[in-house]
Amino acid sequence: MTSLLQVKGVSKFFGGLQALNDVTFELPEGQILGLIGPNGAGKTTLFNVINGVYPATEGQVIFKDQDVTEAKTYEMAKLGLARTHQIVKPLNELTVIENVVVGACFGRQGYSLRKATPVAEEVLNFVGIADRSDQLASSLNVAQKKRLEMARALAAQPHLLLLDEVLAGLNQSEIAEMVETVRKIRDKGITIIMIEHVMEAVMNVSDRMIVLNFGAQIAEGNPDEIRNNPRVIEAYLGDPKLAQKLMQKAQE
Amino acid sequence: MKNWRNHLGLLLPMLVVIGFSLWPVITGNISTRESAFTILKAIALASSLNILLGYTGYVSFGHIVFYGFGGYIGLYFVNQQDWSIWAGMLVGGISAGILAFLLGKAILRLRGAYFALATIGINEAMKALFNNLDLFGGPIGMVLNFSVYKAYGGAAKALGMAFYIMAGLTIIALIISHLVRTSKFGLGLLAIREDEDAAEVMGVVAPDTKTWAYVLSAIIPGMVGVLFFFKNGNVEPHVAFPLHSSIELLVMVMLGGQGTVLGPILGAFAYQGMRGYFVTSEFFKDIQLSVSGVLLLLIVLFIPAGAVGWLRQKFPTLRRVLQ
Repeated sequence: MTSLLQVKGVSKFFGGLQALNDVTFELPEGQILGLIGPNGAGKTTLFNVINGVYPATEGQVIFKDQDVTEAKTYEMAKLGLARTHQIVKPLNELTVIENVVVGACFGRQGYSLRKATPVAEEVLNFVGIADRSDQLASSLNVAQKKRLEMARALAAQPHLLLLDEVLAGLNQSEIAEMVETVRKIRDKGITIIMIEHVMEAVMNVSDRMIVLNFGAQIAEGNPDEIRNNPRVIEAYLGDPKLAQKLMQKAQE
Repeated sequence: MKNWRNHLGLLLPMLVVIGFSLWPVITGNISTRESAFTILKAIALASSLNILLGYTGYVSFGHIVFYGFGGYIGLYFVNQQDWSIWAGMLVGGISAGILAFLLGKAILRLRGAYFALATIGINEAMKALFNNLDLFGGPIGMVLNFSVYKAYGGAAKALGMAFYIMAGLTIIALIISHLVRTSKFGLGLLAIREDEDAAEVMGVVAPDTKTWAYVLSAIIPGMVGVLFFFKNGNVEPHVAFPLHSSIELLVMVMLGGQGTVLGPILGAFAYQGMRGYFVTSEFFKDIQLSVSGVLLLLIVLFIPAGAVGWLRQKFPTLRRVLQ
């Protein structure tokens, strides 16, 4: 079987700044891919390139066997890609359910308003903010807004879901709930790429991981391989031996 | 039909406008009819602007360009080519729509203040263009042949008929506004208003959606223009493209409540009522436009949602009726 998503040699320049440097990976259907890296490593830029916010300077993005390198965001949505934003973007003056109905109406399925409403209700139940349906989106707190972002994305019934730091700013119990939700989404057969800084959580939930640093892919593998990769430790701590030294000190 | 509740929001606007249209019919007073015509015209124009301003969130300072442009084209065919007023209105509406389509492709990619500035520029450019087009009479404009009225049983009858057509156009404008508000297309517009980037990520094809909203908001003003110049008996560039009328329309929409069907109606009533008082008052008659400016400022500062928006916030239970 071919992969759902192929990223081939993607580079992205902003003027003289290289945000992505020759990133290549394939994503088989049904997996959760964790995307980690220090701040400014280019993770969100990679999402934006896949999503069509701006095109790659070099390289190719292939989604469901179609070349989507130049596709617009709304074309990607119709093809079955949905995402959440790191900085939440609720449609403030619309109610929670209207926000989700937008996702259902204009996403892959392109439901009519009448058919979209039950879909939206179901998704709101699934992510656990059904009791807020009739409130304005602006009245939600951060954790609820993150769930709203997720609900909007899911209402489109996408093939691939890009989650951009859905755990950031949540407390321990909220993180546990959200991780559970992410697993449940995967069990529905939706493929996921998640950017995350909460290591414990992302290591736990990912099938495979990619590490970016200064726009380049420095490691790829399952969570255990990543955890012990000296280049990853160096990227995060600055010195590959530092982790070992710290461990030794702690033991002494 | 379970669906009738969705259309509850249209009830109040329709009652207001129909009741108001019948008022001069009952009194039989011609000066009442004239002021009713002015207010209905304001309602139709403000409701059309609301599709762009209220639903899509794009501020147009030059919306009157469609009224002038459509009016000019339509009146030309009525006057010079002996078309009926119906055909003239149709061609006026269509040409305004086509103009909006072309403009939309060009300037709707601009956002915020840049779009607003572009709309002013277009209105002024159009005024200058018609000033120099001999086909449409240049700076003198066109004067309607009185013989045109004959087909409608003389001037008096034609003017009476114009009032009923105006009432009909206003009702059509409200129905369009309501249908847009409650449709999937309208939901796409609201999403664009709230956050265009997020809307696109969710699959709203923003460039096309915005363009159609612009076209839809231009057609009725084009038809109103033809009717008004037909009733007025002449058209000149500075009467067809008055920038201050565009701004007055903005005040009406913001005052009544942008993004609601009822808002522009209330706004048009309130503003025209106030204007009627100001232009006849000794003290205010010269500073009438400054008062509108101050009013716009106060609305933006204190009740940005307008009267209807404010009521909706205060009394959520009324939401179904106040749309």
